Amino acid sequence: MASYSTNEFKGGLKVMLDNDPCAIIENEFVKPGKGQAFSRVKIRNLKTGRVIERTFKSGESLESADVVDIEMQYLYNDGQFRHFMVPDTFEQYQADEKAVGDAGLWLKDQDMCTVTLWNDAPLAVVPANFVELAITETDPGVRGDTSGGGGKPAKLESGAVVRVPLFVQSGEMIKVDTRTGEYVSRVKE
Amino acid sequence: MLATIRQFFNDRGVLEVETPLLSHGIGTEPQLAFFSTEYYLYPDKETLFLQTSPEFAMKRLLAAGSGSIYQISKAFRQGESGRFHNPEFSLLEWYRTGFDLFQLMTEIELLIHTLFAAQGTLRKTLVTTYRAVFEHYTGLNPLLFSKADYADYAAQNGLADAILICADSHALWLDFIFSHRVQPNLGQQGLCMVHGFPACQSSLARVNAENSAVADRVEIFIQGVELGNGFYELTDAVEQERRFDREIAYRRRNGLPNVDKDRRFLDALVSGLPDCSGMAIGLDRLLMLLTGADAIDQVLAFPIARA
Repeated sequence: MASYSTNEFKGGLKVMLDNDPCAIIENEFVKPGKGQAFSRVKIRNLKTGRVIERTFKSGESLESADVVDIEMQYLYNDGQFRHFMVPDTFEQYQADEKAVGDAGLWLKDQDMCTVTLWNDAPLAVVPANFVELAITETDPGVRGDTSGGGGKPAKLESGAVVRVPLFVQSGEMIKVDTRTGEYVSRVKE
Repeated sequence: MLATIRQFFNDRGVLEVETPLLSHGIGTEPQLAFFSTEYYLYPDKETLFLQTSPEFAMKRLLAAGSGSIYQISKAFRQGESGRFHNPEFSLLEWYRTGFDLFQLMTEIELLIHTLFAAQGTLRKTLVTTYRAVFEHYTGLNPLLFSKADYADYAAQNGLADAILICADSHALWLDFIFSHRVQPNLGQQGLCMVHGFPACQSSLARVNAENSAVADRVEIFIQGVELGNGFYELTDAVEQERRFDREIAYRRRNGLPNVDKDRRFLDALVSGLPDCSGMAIGLDRLLMLLTGADAIDQVLAFPIARA
């Protein structure tokens, strides 16, 4: 397997660290004028999502991690695994709840999302930035209230609960920003 | 910036000089990697080096009786590239005959304040010792190496990587902790001058006459950026040769390229280097601070990736 030396470290590079696949966020060359050179690296553990800082002696190297991000279509949940498919090849992957994580709250059948594969197995799932989902449950709307103030919780078909304005009704489709979990707008049919 | 510097030294009767960038000799300093090239003068062929600093050549001029001198030149360091590093960079280096370290520090402060006068960001200068500043930020004594204490500190302060990297090397431990936990704090108010480096980091400075645990070396910092290094220069040829031998042995042990001692430089020391202090300041970093740039690439016409 290929390895990368500290000189090649740059944002986005996927490497193995302490047996976990990680993505380098930032690499800073540190060298006192008359001293040892170091690489101070900000790195995200792709399994846990945690960001840590590590220091390497200049010239050290790390093994590359076989990690790729692929756009896939979400198919269905069989109760134990979620199933995804690469549209071009029809290749299918199953991911457990650990890999899916919070992304599961935003997944609707047929929607596209990004699946991170490590050694060809799903490691993480990121939903599209914006998804359109139907409200399955919310308090009855207040007619005429079009202000943004206040709001009420609404449960969505995918399982997530978001705050929506008072005028939004159960059964309506809404657009949500999955990065913040915030309501964006109603979707006109 | 260059005009101000030239005016500053001109006013003080310091002579501007120019020394070769390409030379037969090069420093033995294990932490400085160099560029070398082949010089063909048929039928001969020899290896020449791009200078990592003009120090040896300037000291040869001092030994020949030049008096106080300064130079603005390029310097080359192999493998150094980053937010504050470019393998080819500009250096201001000057030597003052008859100056001790404190006289030199007074002049450094004056020069820096002259340069930053228009900008008005520098407040009070802080003059401190390596030991005081190291103890203040870490609680560790930098002059007394205790691997157990250093490792405890590293483990508790998010620097666990140091334990494997630095192992039993006092100098490496100091480099690691200083660059990670001390330096970023220095010079946040104004110019910060740190003197009295541990003797194991004496480089080409004299060991202090009263306290052999420290060297007469100064480093200056502004906003956490290391700007330059100064020495009360070692003039003892025997001691200098001993340091060369130690560094050459270290190079051999660690598989670094072999370097021959620069005989012409050592001969100059034997013939007599006058009592002097010298300072080098990285001009690209100085320009970064003067302009508020946050990467060296922003102050270079063509950084190495585009050169």
